[in-house]
Amino acid sequence: MDLHHTPTAAVQTYSPELRALLFGYTLQLADTSLILGHRLSEWCGHGPILEQDLAMANIALDLIGETRSLYQYAAELEGKGHSEDDLAYLREAVDYKNPLLVELPNGDFGDTVMRQFLFDGFHLFLLKELQNSPDPGLAAIAAKSFKEASYHLKWSSEWIIRLGDGTEESKRRIQKALANLWRYSGELYTMTQTEQQLAQSEFIPDYATLQPQWDAHVARVFAEATLEVPQNVFMQQGGKTGRHTEHLGYLLTELQYLQRAYPGLEW
Amino acid sequence: MSQQKEWPLWEVFIRSKQGLDHKHVGSLHAADAEMAIQNARDVYTRRMEGVSIWVVESRNVHASNPDEAAAFFDPANDKVYRHPTFYEVPAEIKNM
Repeated sequence: MDLHHTPTAAVQTYSPELRALLFGYTLQLADTSLILGHRLSEWCGHGPILEQDLAMANIALDLIGETRSLYQYAAELEGKGHSEDDLAYLREAVDYKNPLLVELPNGDFGDTVMRQFLFDGFHLFLLKELQNSPDPGLAAIAAKSFKEASYHLKWSSEWIIRLGDGTEESKRRIQKALANLWRYSGELYTMTQTEQQLAQSEFIPDYATLQPQWDAHVARVFAEATLEVPQNVFMQQGGKTGRHTEHLGYLLTELQYLQRAYPGLEW
Repeated sequence: MSQQKEWPLWEVFIRSKQGLDHKHVGSLHAADAEMAIQNARDVYTRRMEGVSIWVVESRNVHASNPDEAAAFFDPANDKVYRHPTFYEVPAEIKNM
């Protein structure tokens, strides 16, 4: 690898302002994957069948793997000597910048699949573009996670179709999940100030260019699944600016327990 | 079709690398072929075991009857001349 294009070398050339922006953004991506990965890991041992128990654990592990790379890179951008564990385990709920969608409780299998589906498309189309970021750190992480995210979207899309076009009960439940979760999909594409500034300097894509791909995929899958998309829904937001649902606090209590009770513990 | 409570069983075959045969690795439950392949990917290729997956519904596999094993297989026991071990391999031929 060209030494001048390693993440570390590139970070050295950035202005403090740019580093702060990239730090904030990388942290937001890391929080998002961590919280969703943790939610999925809650299914471990409780999946409806062994095969899907493993499928969800695999996706959770993919997300946690991506999370680690992002927190490590965020710590480097921040330059204050924090470790990935400090960033993952020792911050307060208001400091987490994940969108609300990913912190919502698992509900039934249909709720979990719907939450995953709405996120997976966004995740995949974002990673696809981030691979071309002029920031080598983000580009490398995106390239690695892109293949994993491709499978995640395939997995959740297939399930949406099977549950929607399945039995009477599965259809009723997945339609209900869609009605409950659709209002959290808008926040994925609502850009924060940090995102807007990074998009202006072309470090990240403008999310407005991602949304048509997502709209098209989601519409195709819902049509095949014979599901109706809710109309005129007020889109909830807040997570990306630190205003969370009450669910995140409970999640963090469990997630952070070990590091809070035994600071610095390794195993 | 009668109302099924359980998903059908599928047999899974994995090719561990290009050029090798698909080998039977186990079975799993799935509602259809597409899901069976995805499940096989999640259950049987987590540790880089494969580059290709075949699935076949278990009911489509027809097996020999274990009760007939003696009649089926024992007669081959004393036919050593069926093994190609009675030939002199010419020295020039390597890799036999």
